[in-house]
Amino acid sequence: MHETTNAVPAPADPEEDLTPEQLAAQWAAEAPPAAGPVANLASSAVATLLGAAGIVFSVKLGLGTPAQPQPGLWPFIMSLVIVVLGLAQMVIGRRGGEGEKFSRLSWLVLFGVATLVGLVALMPIIGFEIPSLLLCIVWMKYLGGETWRSTLLYSTLVVAAFYAIFILALGTTIPHLF
Amino acid sequence: MEFLQPVLDGFGVVLDPTNLLYCLLGVVIGMLIGVLPGLGPAATIAILLPLTYGVEPVTAIIMLAGIFYGAQYGGTITSVLLRLPGEASSVVTVFDGYQLAKQGKAGTALGIAAIGSFIGGTVGIIGLTFLAPIVAGFALDFGPPEYAALALLGILLVATISNGSKSKALIAAALGLLLATVGRDVFTGAERFTFGNLSLADGIDFVPVAMGLFGLGEILYNLEERHRAAKAPAKVANVWPSRADLKQSSGAIGRGSVLGFFLGILPGGGATISSMAAYAMEKKRSKNPERFGQGAVEGVAAPETANNAAATSSFIPLLTLGIPANATMALMFGALLIQGVTPGPQLVDQHPDLFWGVVNSMYIGNILLLIMSIPLVGVFVRILRVRGAILAPITALITLLGAYTINNSMFDVVLVVFFGVVGYLMKKFGFEPGPLVLAFVLGELLEANLRRSLLVFNGDLSGVFGRPISLSLLLVFAVVALWPVAKTLLARRRTAGAVEAVEPVKTKENA
Repeated sequence: MHETTNAVPAPADPEEDLTPEQLAAQWAAEAPPAAGPVANLASSAVATLLGAAGIVFSVKLGLGTPAQPQPGLWPFIMSLVIVVLGLAQMVIGRRGGEGEKFSRLSWLVLFGVATLVGLVALMPIIGFEIPSLLLCIVWMKYLGGETWRSTLLYSTLVVAAFYAIFILALGTTIPHLF
Repeated sequence: MEFLQPVLDGFGVVLDPTNLLYCLLGVVIGMLIGVLPGLGPAATIAILLPLTYGVEPVTAIIMLAGIFYGAQYGGTITSVLLRLPGEASSVVTVFDGYQLAKQGKAGTALGIAAIGSFIGGTVGIIGLTFLAPIVAGFALDFGPPEYAALALLGILLVATISNGSKSKALIAAALGLLLATVGRDVFTGAERFTFGNLSLADGIDFVPVAMGLFGLGEILYNLEERHRAAKAPAKVANVWPSRADLKQSSGAIGRGSVLGFFLGILPGGGATISSMAAYAMEKKRSKNPERFGQGAVEGVAAPETANNAAATSSFIPLLTLGIPANATMALMFGALLIQGVTPGPQLVDQHPDLFWGVVNSMYIGNILLLIMSIPLVGVFVRILRVRGAILAPITALITLLGAYTINNSMFDVVLVVFFGVVGYLMKKFGFEPGPLVLAFVLGELLEANLRRSLLVFNGDLSGVFGRPISLSLLLVFAVVALWPVAKTLLARRRTAGAVEAVEPVKTKENA
């Protein structure tokens, strides 16, 4: 009575039969390596420096007394917390167990960000259409490994759809060329 | 009956065609992003925040809430069919769900998950309906010290419960609080950290920060191709579970609803933790725990029920105390603030239409989701064929163009890109963006209440200890803050003892 015809293809690879514990362990092993001690030191140092800068500027704003707090008191306390925790993190995290190491794939992100910055820079000058089209092409072809055919097809469709939604339908004032 | 009148009026709000449409839109988007691995509900809600500007507050929150609980339904589908959890809250569903699929019972697993989700969600809403006004009534007596203590506790809990390093999460939270001070000081009018920049004088807007850290940050992070390509999924037929399956999982659904509901209320709790706790509890209770991981129906029913109950009940602290319990709720808080509504104990009395409209929309949303996830499951499975490489630029463009439409300003777009890069780097270096966003949202409330308390107590903060509620909140705060330190010290002492015990053996071996 209760027959289902939805069997997933017969298990071929050995991973199919893992117990939850083994599966979890396998996922952990496949995860990218942790960022490491240098990354911990660097990121904690950045946080500490931000906190230190916060302290300097808060003191300039004036701290006041607890009964008569000045604008700088609260930011001062927060900056102090950041500095203390940042210094502590340098010690606690010295083995560098968290985060993720940058890999060759991280270059993709750099290119991605570059196209975003390009879009932001060009949009006020020549409108959003051409920069968006270029962004789509770069993301689909170079970052995503799509074929030229699908890249050009989908990029054009996407930009056309955005034009239809944001300019024609919603009438927003996004800078546009056409 | 007087209590029920606003509840019933709330249904009138939901049944307004616009609200119904947005509810449907929300749950469909939620299902979609739940099915697609990659963007989670928090990222999606962040990206879609600009959409809420043009609509009524109640409509906006109905849609955002729909995305949140809809994602809990959708996340199940990929867990069961492909062993790829669509959402963090569906990770444990993989263990038994995929085994069931392999045994040809994918339909059963999905059906049980949908029914469990529906029951869990409904139990959550009923609890919300009755508990929320009580909590709100209790909180009406809260003064500045209580609010300050509550906000502090909320931030601390979210920071300590998040994955990874606690101190890094706390640094992120403190940075969020510091970021919130940028702009004009409400008490004195002095400009803080603006460096003469006019765009910063009114402070940094919450929306670009959230869109950047959660939305764009996650899109950039996903560019590193961390998702294994999804295999074309098999066809799913017959999602109606048999009576035996239903009977077997009824206990798990009942317990999952209650557990999820209570874990969802706790700050820092939420869908992910409750799904794991519910799975662990069922395994422990079972007479033959070895069935778990081999395709036990309860192993799917319990976590899927619990995560929906928790997703619903996590609205309680937000709507009654004005304290978001997790990062997604922080986004809802921000969305309400944009609309000029400050969530808090007065919400039930001052905006009953909004309060009950949102709560009651969840009943409708859950029914819509049940319809979508049982008969229409095949349609959503097909979405999986859309490739990530094509989705990524679309989401990135939605984020940037959406950011522009908030104030028609390029400055907001620049902020989004900046915080997107910051969000990506934070993830790479092991800092969770969640506590930062939460702290940023609560920053102004915390500082204002702290300074008001200082004025009330004439600069002597020990006055806090004379007020029972704030005192107990601060005691909880102290316990939560010191517990990890104590635990580390205890563990270290124990390992030190163990090393001493092992040492003599070693020397013997060497000799």
